[in-house]
Amino acid sequence: MEIIVFVKQVPDTESRIVIKDGKIDEEGINFILNPYDEFAVEEGLRLKEKFGGKVTAITVGPERAISTLRKVLAMGVDDAVLIKDDSGETYDPQRISKIIAEFIKKENIPFDILFFGKQAIGDDNMGVPAMVAEFLGLPQVTVVTRLEIEDGKGRAWREIEGASEVVEFKLPVVLSAQKGLNEPRYETLKGIMAAKKKEIRTVTLEELGLKELQCSISILKIEPPPPRPAGRVLQGTPEEMVKELLNLLRNEAKVI
Amino acid sequence: MILVFVEHREGKIRKGSFEVLSVAGRLDFGEVHAVIAGKNVKELGESLKNWADFVHCFENPLLENYSTTAFKKVVFEIAKRINPDAILFSASSLGKDLAPRVSASLNSSFASDCTNLRSENGKLIAVRPIYAGKAFLEIELKNKPCVLTLRPNVFPVESVSKNGKIEIESIEISEDDLICKVVAVERGEEASIDVTEADIVVSGGRGMKGPENFSLLRELCSILPNCAVGASRAAVDAGWIDHQHQVGQTGKVVSPNLYMAFGISGSIQHLAGMSGSKIIVAVNKDPEAPIFKVANYGLVADLFEIIPILKEELKKLLS
Ligand SMILES: Cc1cc2nc3c(=O)[nH]c(=O)nc-3n(C[C@H](O)[C@H](O)[C@H](O)COP(=O)(O)OP(=O)(O)OC[C@H]3O[C@@H](n4cnc5c(N)ncnc54)[C@H](O)[C@@H]3O)c2cc1C
Ligand SMILES: Nc1ncnc2c1ncn2[C@@H]1O[C@H](COP(=O)(O)O)[C@@H](O)[C@H]1O
Repeated sequence: MEIIVFVKQVPDTESRIVIKDGKIDEEGINFILNPYDEFAVEEGLRLKEKFGGKVTAITVGPERAISTLRKVLAMGVDDAVLIKDDSGETYDPQRISKIIAEFIKKENIPFDILFFGKQAIGDDNMGVPAMVAEFLGLPQVTVVTRLEIEDGKGRAWREIEGASEVVEFKLPVVLSAQKGLNEPRYETLKGIMAAKKKEIRTVTLEELGLKELQCSISILKIEPPPPRPAGRVLQGTPEEMVKELLNLLRNEAKVI
Repeated sequence: MILVFVEHREGKIRKGSFEVLSVAGRLDFGEVHAVIAGKNVKELGESLKNWADFVHCFENPLLENYSTTAFKKVVFEIAKRINPDAILFSASSLGKDLAPRVSASLNSSFASDCTNLRSENGKLIAVRPIYAGKAFLEIELKNKPCVLTLRPNVFPVESVSKNGKIEIESIEISEDDLICKVVAVERGEEASIDVTEADIVVSGGRGMKGPENFSLLRELCSILPNCAVGASRAAVDAGWIDHQHQVGQTGKVVSPNLYMAFGISGSIQHLAGMSGSKIIVAVNKDPEAPIFKVANYGLVADLFEIIPILKEELKKLLS
């Protein structure tokens, strides 16, 4: 089973987002492996353990993203590639998808599964997996919480509102992982040592013939969320507080 | 011209689609077209006449269940025919799956989960939350037909009075278009409203103390109209309630009219999922809990004292 996992380096969920000169200030941000991509890596490793084969991790990003590739190598991924892109965060899933699709076509690597996270925290697009699937003409299942693969076919459970859809497909396929799919493993010390020595190949956009690739959106501005009006702490006994609350919800906020 | 993808489930058009139709009616972009597809949708299509200038109905038994690739083909073919400036979807689980694929097929600009949308001299400008709502991004979509998904529960439903024309579409769909298809739908624990679609969310955190106490929230929820139970990750990780209910950066992002947090401290990841709610109520024993910073109304109190009284008073008020 040949599996390619796409991982993105993203700001830690604890990060305070500071806007400076109309952009996110990267100073002081701790970058981590996108949590959903971790589920994709884990599932890839489990499939490899079951069926044999290879797991390759790919990221599109700046030099700093190498640390994320080292992390997934330490988890057990066989090979890692950095597609070097210094344009910074463009929030444009189409651009990233075109780079990924072009890389897959050019390299002509055989694969059974292209595994993604359901969403990159930060850009929060949930766009790349479906777009890559379309560019490559592959079936897709997004937001997968359970997966069964057998004889070149599969079934995936995808989360929808209040239920799960069971989706059938044939390999090769594009899948995107949701929390619940598995419990990702920790890196072992041995894995971390081995990962340090692994060579990470770098591919440039020039080599992919994509140096002129444009964004399909242009950023006008980035702003902090509108401040919430100062709240009110209610006083009195529990009975008094509840009565006052319901009065406010009905007559002031008009929500009940 | 705007094309709206209309979603239906169990013979009913979903509320999110009416929100999107309302937005399309308000935007200054000419005609509004709606597309509805499925096994049996003519009647539903008829019911959309007030909402759009043209209603494109496409029926095919192969579309009884959802298939990303088949539905993509339907939207793609209609878009090719009518050449809209934008195609709008609700950011439902289906919309989020289908819209980016449609956008890629048309090589057009894409923006997901938008909370604001306007036209300026023929340009389409969208605002969407990034970093789970810790910032807002305003973008211009350059390549038409721009594809956008709109966050549910943000845009009001305002009836439009059009006098739409029904167009029965014929598009070749075969098994080859169903390279991925839904074969079954498995219902969750209870047939409940999803937190992203509810008008009111009552959420519990670690302060709920155990799974059995979530029934207090379910009871409260059953009194309130269109209400769903939410939870913090601490409650989900403890196994007290299913992950479907988790609100936050790695759960669901909700923006109901009313969000009530019981025994939730208000971590940055939780706030990321609910700070877009219109009204926030927090019940927490700890006056220093960060949840009070975003709450419109705060009750520094024991939730186990508050909930029973709240239930009784609500029953009186709403009966
Ligand atoms: C990568 C990552 C992603 C995360 N994603 C999410 C996410 O999506 N959603 C999320 O919620 N969290 C998320 N978290 C976890 C988050 O950091 C917090 O740990 C979590 O939100 C805490 O949940 P809590 O508020 O229920 O628990 P606590 O922080 O323990 O708070 C419990 C609160 O209950 C109050 N309390 C206790 N007893 C009572 C009582 N009887 N009456 C009233 N109040 C009482 C206490 O005063 C306290 O404030 C994430 C963390 C990480 C690292
Ligand atoms: N720059 C990137 N490099 C590699 N994979 C990416 C990149 N951006 C997004 N992805 C993948 O696409 C998924 C969805 O991302 P998004 O559409 O940006 O929310 C992520 O979870 C990753 O698996």
